[in-house]
Amino acid sequence: MNRLKSTNPVVKYLKDNIGIIIALVAMCIFLVAFPTTRSTFMTGKNIFNILRQNASNLFLATGMTMVIILGGIDLSVGTVIALSGCVAAGITTAMGGETAGAQAIAAVAGFAACIVVGGLVGMFNGLVISKTEIPPFIVTLASMNITKGIALVYTNGAPIRCMTDAFKFPGAGYVGPIPVPVILMLIVFVIAVLIVNRTHLGRHIYAVGGNAQAAKFSGINVEKVKFLVYTYTGIMAGIAGMVVASRLYSGQPTAGDGAEMDAIAAVVVGGTSMSGGSGRLGGTLIGVLIIGVLNNGLNLLGVDSNWQYIVKGLVILLAVYVDFLRNKKAGR
Amino acid sequence: MSEQYLLEMKGISKSFPGVKALKNVSLQLKAGEVHALLGENGAGKSTLIKVLGGIYHAEEGEIYIDGQKKDIDGVVAARAAGVSIVHQELVLVPYMTVAENIFLGREMGGKFNIDRRKMSQEAQKLLDTYEMNIDADTLVEHLTIAQQQMVEIVKAISFQSKILVMDEPTSSISDKEVGFLFETMRTLTKKGVGIIYISHKMSELEQICDRVTVMRDGETVGTRVVKESSKDELIALMVGRELTNYYTRDYLEPGEVILKCDHISDGKMAKDASFELRKGEIIGFAGLVGAGRSETMKAIFGLAPNMTGDVYVEGKKVQIKSPIDAMKYGITLVPESRKEEGLYRVMSVRFNSTIEVLGDFIRHLHVNSAKERQITQKYIDMMATKTPSQEQIIGNLSGGNQQKVMIGRWLATNPKILILDEPTRGVDVGAKAEIYAIMNELVKQGMSIIMISSELPEILNMSDRVYVMCDGQVTGCLGHEEATQERIMQLAAK
Repeated sequence: MNRLKSTNPVVKYLKDNIGIIIALVAMCIFLVAFPTTRSTFMTGKNIFNILRQNASNLFLATGMTMVIILGGIDLSVGTVIALSGCVAAGITTAMGGETAGAQAIAAVAGFAACIVVGGLVGMFNGLVISKTEIPPFIVTLASMNITKGIALVYTNGAPIRCMTDAFKFPGAGYVGPIPVPVILMLIVFVIAVLIVNRTHLGRHIYAVGGNAQAAKFSGINVEKVKFLVYTYTGIMAGIAGMVVASRLYSGQPTAGDGAEMDAIAAVVVGGTSMSGGSGRLGGTLIGVLIIGVLNNGLNLLGVDSNWQYIVKGLVILLAVYVDFLRNKKAGR
Repeated sequence: MSEQYLLEMKGISKSFPGVKALKNVSLQLKAGEVHALLGENGAGKSTLIKVLGGIYHAEEGEIYIDGQKKDIDGVVAARAAGVSIVHQELVLVPYMTVAENIFLGREMGGKFNIDRRKMSQEAQKLLDTYEMNIDADTLVEHLTIAQQQMVEIVKAISFQSKILVMDEPTSSISDKEVGFLFETMRTLTKKGVGIIYISHKMSELEQICDRVTVMRDGETVGTRVVKESSKDELIALMVGRELTNYYTRDYLEPGEVILKCDHISDGKMAKDASFELRKGEIIGFAGLVGAGRSETMKAIFGLAPNMTGDVYVEGKKVQIKSPIDAMKYGITLVPESRKEEGLYRVMSVRFNSTIEVLGDFIRHLHVNSAKERQITQKYIDMMATKTPSQEQIIGNLSGGNQQKVMIGRWLATNPKILILDEPTRGVDVGAKAEIYAIMNELVKQGMSIIMISSELPEILNMSDRVYVMCDGQVTGCLGHEEATQERIMQLAAK
């Protein structure tokens, strides 16, 4: 039978994602070939730039992939970036510190708070979604507004600046030549892949998303699976908030505006079905890169930022449509 | 009109990439007859019906209606030619009234002021003509499945159809409702409507059908008059071989009581049901739809939050609060509704086979793929499931093979007590016989089986003892020797 398919994971990965990989490569080739971007695009600095800027989207998108496979959606991740970033900056500034050591302790406390804030919002979403029949769209729409409100109330609408080196580290720091967010990106992605592909929870996510009723008969604790996935996504949003606040040297109540839409776009471009039950993290990675390269390319080309939205919308539609055609042809 | 047929399909051929689905198929339907279309899943019945309904276009062949050649190239053309199809899956809109559903897409009145009253009156008239006790203003979601089926039929008839196709209309309704459906069919045939009737239930053929056309592997293998042919002959035509033993059952002396259930109730449909199951026996649960059989079993399986009553496994009282608990005590349940409660449709056969035994091959962030394949293959072999590969998306398999994967999935948990709820629903005869043989083999090896079934022949031929339920309670228990259709029906309608 189809033995080739399963023996080599790399071949399988390429085969599964060939459509979007071609799209990504085509975009890169275009940018390398185009006269005005030739000298700037393929530089190490620019590549790291793309990765750094899109790290937060990858954090969100790994969680969002699981949520969407589960048959849900999480609209609150964008405003969690704002709230957790503000809380981190607030705590770090409040603790202050004269020496580098004290500043580092303050920053660590702030970043820990980021993750706690994200986790709490995620737990709230997970709890309401698993215990009630309210659709995830509504629940997270509500928590999106609530978190945004809390961020505005907490900061009084003004950014909280925080310029210590320790605070700048996760978003703007380097380890050797490699930006810290890129390292975090790798770690987060590996963890997500392990969860989805190598744990019971991973299989259970697909089962609940594919048929929640059947999952119950299969002895799967559906409520627990939902709770865990939304909590995980919240934590990822908290980490994204940490990186964004750190990169901006401040907690901003408007940071992460619309970030949930970029995450959803990356997941969908990556080939995950919005109807739940199927999807791949590997695709999401490419989806994040496509959106990142697209943003970067449009900037390098000097496209007016208002027009960028239009181009981005069209590219998302095209990518999903091509993937749809391919799946239809494959009879899936 | 001696040899004038109402409908004649001649030499129909239809291919899909890689498969020839229909090969030179012919079918003749007389006015006023019920004509059964019989065949295993995948024999081409649905494809043929879709050609008639204008959903597929045949490459070869001709369709004559009332002796006139018709070119049916779409659903609208089929309707215009007088063909209506009642599909197996109901396609009514639940939040609309019966009348609105019947006239969906051709509402009466102007474009912006729909005449609800007139629609309601017209619909009621139609419903009354066929003596259906349904109010045209009820919301469809409040109707029973059988009533919805009736509404579908009325809707189909309301197009003034001369030819009505019914695709497994009785697969989800009770015996009483089946009787009602048959009445309606007779009323229709008296008016000269020709009905093509697809069903897997052989017993229904004798009751309602005049002639039968059997299909196998995309070909018509014969047309018979139902009264003049035996069931065995038809089955042999269908499967292409003699099925000597349709039901396989060796009755052995069962062992000690393994499961005892006292006064089981779920606060709704199941009210005070008590029964026991012994090691190595099959007990059948008979009763009308709505008698609370499935609900009782779901309660025992830990799916009813408000369950009361006592469950003893091997003499010890147990608390079952979830399916996880139930499986721990060796109880598993293969649910009634494959599509809603069993299948992960977009996933592979392998995923579907192993979802309940992940602990056997996933440990410490390591997936033992070889083990996973091996488990999957074991149950594919055991159940004789026909699938091109383990990677095959399960939604693409036939109903019988899906059911085999389902049973295999729950067998993989190594149960002592296996509850099968309608194990052969929507399964073709060949696969049915295989499932019976497997059930027989399992009890011989010491497993105990509870089988809920609405098919009496299945209950009568497979059970050591038959429990009959009515209105949430067990109304009687009949031994294998004393159980008859009549006695069961008496107890079921108490």
